[in-house]
Amino acid sequence: MKRREFVIAASAFALLPEAQASDEAMRTAIRAWAGREPEAGVLKIDIAELVENGNAVPVRVAASEPVAGLALFTQLNPEPEVVHVAFGAASARPEFSTRMRLARSQRIVAVAKAADGRCWQAGVDVIVTLAACVEP
Amino acid sequence: MRSAWLLLAVALLAHAEERRSGRDTMSPALRTLQADDAQHPAQLALAMGREQWAAGAKSCASCHGELEKLRGAAARYPAWDQGLVDLPGRIQRCRVRHQQQPAWAAEAEPLLALAALVAQQSRGLPLQPPRGPELDKAAAQGQRLYTTRIGALNLSCAQCHDERAGQRLGGSLIPQGHVDDYPVYRLEWQSLGSLQRRLRGCLSGVRAKVWDWDSGELLALELYLARRSAGMAMQAPGVRP
Amino acid sequence: MATRAVITLPAAVKAGEAFEVRTTVAHAMETGYRSSDEGARLLRDLVRRFECRLDGELVFAANLFAAISANPYLAFWLRAGKSGELSFVWHGDNGFEHRETRPLTVA
Repeated sequence: MKRREFVIAASAFALLPEAQASDEAMRTAIRAWAGREPEAGVLKIDIAELVENGNAVPVRVAASEPVAGLALFTQLNPEPEVVHVAFGAASARPEFSTRMRLARSQRIVAVAKAADGRCWQAGVDVIVTLAACVEP
Repeated sequence: MRSAWLLLAVALLAHAEERRSGRDTMSPALRTLQADDAQHPAQLALAMGREQWAAGAKSCASCHGELEKLRGAAARYPAWDQGLVDLPGRIQRCRVRHQQQPAWAAEAEPLLALAALVAQQSRGLPLQPPRGPELDKAAAQGQRLYTTRIGALNLSCAQCHDERAGQRLGGSLIPQGHVDDYPVYRLEWQSLGSLQRRLRGCLSGVRAKVWDWDSGELLALELYLARRSAGMAMQAPGVRP
Repeated sequence: MATRAVITLPAAVKAGEAFEVRTTVAHAMETGYRSSDEGARLLRDLVRRFECRLDGELVFAANLFAAISANPYLAFWLRAGKSGELSFVWHGDNGFEHRETRPLTVA
């Protein structure tokens, strides 16, 4: 019986120091998507405060008014972008849910873009613990 | 037979309130991932399992009929059939003996998919691993393994999962180590995995020799663990961090 | 044919009523930061784009990045005035493309 190979990695991002995104990289990515620096605003970000495993973290982002798009960014993942979402006319709610990866404890930032060009952002801090044991 | 169940019931009642499934110690977000079929990360595997169930001239369905008929089957493992056998092992035997197909590699996707699918049919039923002279001997061996210190870290399973369940190890909550929800989609693995895989991970974690797939040690330990969790409601496939 | 995506939506909806669509596509979403046992770097291989259309009109779209978990899950809300067809497409690296359609029944 051939043994299947397993990949050793505590998380999807095996912590490469040279690829650590900074706050600046996140802000650049946000500006690239939003078209400008968004002002602070209100957005609902549903995510566990304490995440048991950063490989698959359920997250929901919702705005309180219809928007053209929503996007999610991270401060300390190797890359800041998570997802950019665009809503069409048949959209019923300005929200989406997904599962994201978090390389470590950090801040995640959601940004909204309205049809009239306004954009705003909100963030939340998440603590990420990793599994304690390492596989053979 | 009846008296055996009575004894089991009494034993269970004595321990019922002390036992907590790992599923109940997870965060609400992960509990939802497991409870909501539409979000469950093993959906794709279950869909693959359903296809596998019906695939080929000598499909599983051709002998077993409808999947629902296997309700209760997964609850009665590990079992004895010329040796100890767990649910994935039983599926492998069926594949080789009755479908004349080569055995899958350990943790092969279709094998786990079928194990998840069959285990899911026993949702809500209590784990009821069978008894018998050979099984009782193996369970005793399993209990010895469970309580023996091993590895460079010189730890026994009991020290974490009996004595320190509820405390934290490196930020992670130590569960009681029940086996009610296997196979589980472990976020750490980003895939489904069997109980044997999880046990091998623990062995590696304490820097002990990792027993081979389907070794006597792993199967004996699985049997002991199933008895330790006997009576708890199965909710397979599970989700774990 | 192997199942490569799971899509959940209500069997029937009322005209104009919001309903949630939940989608999962089978894909490892390899980030490019992991290594195999032998130390070889596993190359980046991601789903990049998801689109949902109702009778051909784009109703929801997403650009995905490496920080989306394996087997990307996306859920969103739609409303419709009449029955129609929902189509879903995922595009990714190495020519990855997967399409699904589902009937939408407005009761």
